[in-house]
Amino acid sequence: MKILVCISHVPDTTSKINFTDGDTKFDTNGVQFVINPNDEFGLTRAMWFKEKQGASVTVVNVGGAETEPTLRKALAIGADNAVRVNTEAKDGFQVAKELANVVKEGGYDLVIAGRESIDYNGGMVPGMLAEMVGANFVTNCISLEVDGNNAKAVREIDGGKETVSTSLPLVIGGQKGLVEESDLRIPNMRGIMMARQKPLNVVEPTGASVETASVKFEKPAPKGAVTLVSPDNLDELVNLLHNEAKVI
Amino acid sequence: MSVLVYTESENGSFKKTAFEVASYAKAVADQMGTTVTAVAINANDTSELGTYGVDKVLNVSNDALKNFNAKSYASVVAQAAKQEDAKVIVVSQTADSKYLAPILAVSLEAGYASNVVEVPTSTSPFTVKRTAFTNKAFNMTTIDTDVKVVGVSNNSFGLVENSGSATAEDFSPSLPESGVSVESVDKATDKVTIADAEIVVSAGRGMKGPENWGMIEELADVLGAATACSKPVSDLGWRPHSEHVGQTGKPVASNLYIAIGISGAIQHLAGINASKVKVVVNTDPEAPFFKAADYGVVGDAFEVVPQLIEKLKAFKAANA
Repeated sequence: MKILVCISHVPDTTSKINFTDGDTKFDTNGVQFVINPNDEFGLTRAMWFKEKQGASVTVVNVGGAETEPTLRKALAIGADNAVRVNTEAKDGFQVAKELANVVKEGGYDLVIAGRESIDYNGGMVPGMLAEMVGANFVTNCISLEVDGNNAKAVREIDGGKETVSTSLPLVIGGQKGLVEESDLRIPNMRGIMMARQKPLNVVEPTGASVETASVKFEKPAPKGAVTLVSPDNLDELVNLLHNEAKVI
Repeated sequence: MSVLVYTESENGSFKKTAFEVASYAKAVADQMGTTVTAVAINANDTSELGTYGVDKVLNVSNDALKNFNAKSYASVVAQAAKQEDAKVIVVSQTADSKYLAPILAVSLEAGYASNVVEVPTSTSPFTVKRTAFTNKAFNMTTIDTDVKVVGVSNNSFGLVENSGSATAEDFSPSLPESGVSVESVDKATDKVTIADAEIVVSAGRGMKGPENWGMIEELADVLGAATACSKPVSDLGWRPHSEHVGQTGKPVASNLYIAIGISGAIQHLAGINASKVKVVVNTDPEAPFFKAADYGVVGDAFEVVPQLIEKLKAFKAANA
């Protein structure tokens, strides 16, 4: 089985979010970039397939050279090789088109992406990619088993979960639950050393068009101070929620 | 030309989000000087959509669409969009609509903006405000394609009644091979889900153990709220992953978010920033959550929550 894992290069979850150039660009100053958490669950599941069932695992990212340390980390975790599509990721549609080209060229059976990235939270790339390459698609995936050409997946739905059967080629939008968090891997020294020898192929973009454009960022208005209510006066809290906040 | 809206239903009844996206579609149609057409799949009674500004409903009735299937449903909406020559298609951001929208966007070669929180600031260029960085910021985005798909964040626009009525006509689209078959659905049907909830009651490690969740559920019951939890709680297995709220869990955009025994890590706060009013109950007055909350009670959950339940019951009885 040939597996492709899509990796987004995103600010660490604890990053402070600021903007520059008249609030048009994300300020990367002092920001640590990591593998998108939803992708990390997918990468770990791909490693499981590799070790238990036999599979090759390629990781891919659409982005500039600054994203290579994130791909190297994925190689250190155990991916066999990496592909970087050498263009700035501007919107989900463009990223999906570039990834679709990689999938078609590489003939992958299974593509595992994260449900969404934690920077733009668009949640659109896996579904768009599946549609573009004519693969089956399951998102919010919290369990995945593959037997030959058949796959069984569980996906989270509002208020519960759903078990589906499908077949390869398949694109998955994975999330927490796809593997246990305790199974996530931290690269060890041997992995880091080996990652340096693994191929990281830089491919030029197809020049896919961009359908949406970011104009400007805004930060939420600063919040006023909290109104503290004494635990001995909860009538006041009910009163505030009813008369002031008007939410009950 | 009209604004098309996909109105989600379950067991024949519309979800609340269906009325919200209809209300949003009406606002966009007014900006553009056009009408609203809704696509309803296996809904029992579509007349209520008129109340929220829908002019025409395309009724799809097909047993093959009994279970939600993203590819089939996206195909239905795409065919409706083509028939109506719709330039703007509005969907909600429930799990199902988020599943469907990217497939729909590709099949219509339409730009898609998700997590949109306001009506367009301009329709030419078509510019919308959406959340980014898991609600830590907003992003003004233009959609530059002829056809546009807009995903409206749940509870961001609200329900707006209009004094209209909707005409209905049958719509019989062709269905593609779906490729994904539903084997089983495991869902608590009597519970309010986080996505639909106007009020969410959430609790953290301060509850000390899963055996203490009874009072959290009781508080949620009194308020008609959904229950949720912090990441450590779902990691410990006290509550299911589906209740985990935060950056890698579910985002919450409720009107009221009550956090009990949750200190307020940055990842948790990112997931609840879109909620309008936040109440925190915590023994530690230095808990970061107090900086993000509107109302706070410094106190022991085991004393505060039972009292709060009684006060709310009395309030409900007095205001019934």
